Amino acid sequence: MQLAVWTYEGPPHVGALRVAASMEGVHYVLHAPQGDTYADLLFTMIERNTKRPPVTYTTFQARDLGSDTAEIFKKACSEAVARFNPQAVLVGASCTAELLQDDPGGLAKTLDLPVPAIPLELPSYMRKENWGAAETFYQIVRGFCGGQRGDDMGNRPRNLCNIVGPTSLGFRNRDDVTEIVTLLESMGVDVNVVAPLSASPADIARLPQASFNVLLYPEVGDVTARWLEREFGQPTVRTVPIGVGATREFISEVAELAGVDAAPALENGHDRFSWYSRSIDSNYLTNKRVFIYGDATHAVAAARICSEELGFEVCGIGTYAREFARDVRSAAKKYGVDPVISDDHLEVEDAIIAAQPELVLGTQMERHVAKRLGLPCAVISSPVHVQDFPARYSPQMGFEGANVIFDTWVHPLMMGLEEHLLGMFREDFEFNDGAEPSHLAAHGGGSHGKASPSAQNDDQPAVDRYATMERDALKAVQRADDGAIRWTDEAETELRKIPFFVRGKARRNTEAYAANEGRNPITLDTLYDAKAHFGR
Amino acid sequence: MSAPIDPVIAGEALGCSEAPVLRERGQHEVFCGLTSIIWLHRKLQDAFFLVVGSRTCAHLMQSAAGVMIFAEPRFGTAIMEERDLAGMADMHEELDRTVDRLLARRPDIRMLVLVGSCPSEVIKLDLSRAAQRLSNKHTPDCRVVAYSGSGIETTFTQGEDNFLTALVEDLPAASASDAPNLIVAGALADVVEDQFQRLFDAVGIDDVSFFPMRNSNDLPRVGPNTVVALAQPYLGATAKALEGRGASILSTLTPYGEEGTTAWLTAISEAMGADLSALEAAIEMPRQRARKAVDAYRATLEDKKLFFFPDSQLEPSLARFLYREAGCEIVEVGTPFLHRKYAQPELKLLPADTHIAEGQDVDRQIDRARAAEPDLVVCGMGLGNPFEAQDQATKWSIELVFSPIQGYEQAGDLAELFARPLRRREKLAVPLPADDGRRHRIFGTSRQVGGAV
Repeated sequence: MQLAVWTYEGPPHVGALRVAASMEGVHYVLHAPQGDTYADLLFTMIERNTKRPPVTYTTFQARDLGSDTAEIFKKACSEAVARFNPQAVLVGASCTAELLQDDPGGLAKTLDLPVPAIPLELPSYMRKENWGAAETFYQIVRGFCGGQRGDDMGNRPRNLCNIVGPTSLGFRNRDDVTEIVTLLESMGVDVNVVAPLSASPADIARLPQASFNVLLYPEVGDVTARWLEREFGQPTVRTVPIGVGATREFISEVAELAGVDAAPALENGHDRFSWYSRSIDSNYLTNKRVFIYGDATHAVAAARICSEELGFEVCGIGTYAREFARDVRSAAKKYGVDPVISDDHLEVEDAIIAAQPELVLGTQMERHVAKRLGLPCAVISSPVHVQDFPARYSPQMGFEGANVIFDTWVHPLMMGLEEHLLGMFREDFEFNDGAEPSHLAAHGGGSHGKASPSAQNDDQPAVDRYATMERDALKAVQRADDGAIRWTDEAETELRKIPFFVRGKARRNTEAYAANEGRNPITLDTLYDAKAHFGR
Repeated sequence: MSAPIDPVIAGEALGCSEAPVLRERGQHEVFCGLTSIIWLHRKLQDAFFLVVGSRTCAHLMQSAAGVMIFAEPRFGTAIMEERDLAGMADMHEELDRTVDRLLARRPDIRMLVLVGSCPSEVIKLDLSRAAQRLSNKHTPDCRVVAYSGSGIETTFTQGEDNFLTALVEDLPAASASDAPNLIVAGALADVVEDQFQRLFDAVGIDDVSFFPMRNSNDLPRVGPNTVVALAQPYLGATAKALEGRGASILSTLTPYGEEGTTAWLTAISEAMGADLSALEAAIEMPRQRARKAVDAYRATLEDKKLFFFPDSQLEPSLARFLYREAGCEIVEVGTPFLHRKYAQPELKLLPADTHIAEGQDVDRQIDRARAAEPDLVVCGMGLGNPFEAQDQATKWSIELVFSPIQGYEQAGDLAELFARPLRRREKLAVPLPADDGRRHRIFGTSRQVGGAV
């Protein structure tokens, strides 16, 4: 039994529903009680789709349990096929119906449906949303490509590829697909099928006609890509083109498989990110501490961008996607941090506090954590929120995706000279720990920012709460440890003169230094010795 | 001169109370009872609602709330896992451990509420027994109660009904010699409670309890001299349980609009033996304000055809308000469950040809709604945008449960909630979406991203 206040992933049937809702001509008949119909609003409200997702819920009730829930399924299934006239029907059970063991797949077979029925076995008490999406996509592809033979595919055009993985409710998938299709076409590479997003069963059946597959979202498409590789000898482009470096590698990898020239795409790319990052005003970004959390693909890509392309320091990385934990573990090793492999958001919050980042890149949940801690934050991954479907074109992939990322991640940070002014004139009465960067004033919305100095006592600013939490965490450590390090009042006061966004780091470094040197308590000298020791 | 108080039901008209009800048993596009935790957990400030269920329950709670976690919520889900179901872990021991952990983290919690879900009901996990055991263990710091909010038994607001029903047996007994007391049942916004409280004070009704209460220890007394006024129309089981404890339940309108509020307050005052002329004086100004406020929206709402999809059981009362006070034409009143006894006063005020539908077959109901060509469809979040994309104006029904709409001072707000989508459509000069928002044009070209690129 797991205690959850917040979940990063829904149940596996929601993953199946995402695949069904991504496609054309597919209908999902889900054996489920009425409450499970909430899933419709994910599509109609969060993604603002103009159509209801293609799903029929059997909505059996308690009084049906004694009689025949199987009959209810059969009736719902026949009626749904008659009403919606799909090319294929997916059948399965949600968590409650799984306990009834009615076997929707077997029941559908007895109905003599005019279209293929694909049974989905998604163990609700073991698996989660992304696994469900991956398994559903795989079953559909197997169902429609399974009869075809790889050796009949001899004369496939070398420059014809599929894009696999994008789905409804995926983080920026809509715009990523546009960006990557445009990029591929500019290279002279043709796109055969994009799936599951916007593919019909007939399109799925054409997947084997391409020479290779571009795997954009491994969480959903990896199992299928591997199967296509084995079955039809289609190699997979595995570099996910998020960030400048990854996009350039992606272009080279595609060019080699397709037999086209990579140079024009590499030279003509509308990459502004690289120059912006090299320009002198970006110097202040150097070694900013960033904590990264999300699905594995976006987290690993973000870490590379932060480290290699923005010059940040990765101070923490984690994922909720246990299936892809290995990728995150190896990234963590590369950046010298301990990975957080957990879907417990409280554990993630603790890890963020402990890492003392200056920027958090995470999901909507971490956005809230960062808000509470008074830290700048940008969202990089599912689970999605209505804000993750912006009206404007806003991809994460390709060169335009990198440009979007530069803006989105750098914008929440304090601007260079402003940061210096806050550092130099700490005792200006109008600078307080709650002072927000002026360009973010509109986002302030809280007690701070506009608070007059006298009002500060009434309403503790977020950053002070952060400091309080930090101190509480330290006290907890100190209680457990008799050789606790103390600060003299004078040193503590001096520490307070350091701007809040680097104070945590200064405190931690000073204490590490003091512990190492066996100096206790920490005096003014210890503080400045530590500063000289670590530099910045 | 103040206007006389209207009789609760004018004449002996039967309205549509005798009309046949369409009972449908198809796909129900409604929330389950767990969803009512979203307001209950804020109403009871020292209670924690622990759903014992699946990942789906947890996902529902965060999705239906439509918001992320701003403050740490006082609800959570104990997610059952494979090892629990396979019997490798004793479910009750696991639950005890989960509760211990939770209460250690939240020592401020005085009442823990175990909420049954579809899967816990199907495997027949006895949460009442668990609640008793845990209550013994954690008393006196925290007591533990249990109810079912499962979607195989409850729809949306029925969750609150089951919760209150579970609390009824814990209510202290009042004896036959005690002075009469009033219980106002059904969760209300704090501001609405305060307004009603002031009116009760003005007419000398001084022993009033709101149920659910803000603090879990403030349990109202119940006995033969207890009068219960339902502030929400969905409390059939609660009413029955209170009746079982000797209380009398008022049969009157839900306090929506000037008419509903007046009828409700009058019924209460009569039952409590309060001074009716004092009531008349106290509500004279509020009644005028309510009428004036609703009138401001009358031009927008008058003669508009409304179609209600089932959602919260508020539908018959809302339909009555809109018909009687805003001049709307009611095409169909869909409700997840029609509690005849308590809906009767409302139905009597609706025209005899009003179509009442209980339960749902969502696809057929959508067909009916399209055929009826209403001016406004009142429906849930799963249906709203698809209707709007087809140029059908909708009112987002969940908002009605999450807004203060009862009483005189909110009568105008209630009318405004229905007028807003109509007025908005008049204002907007932008076209409808040409296609599914997802199928969109590639930047700079006119081609669609699709399977067949």
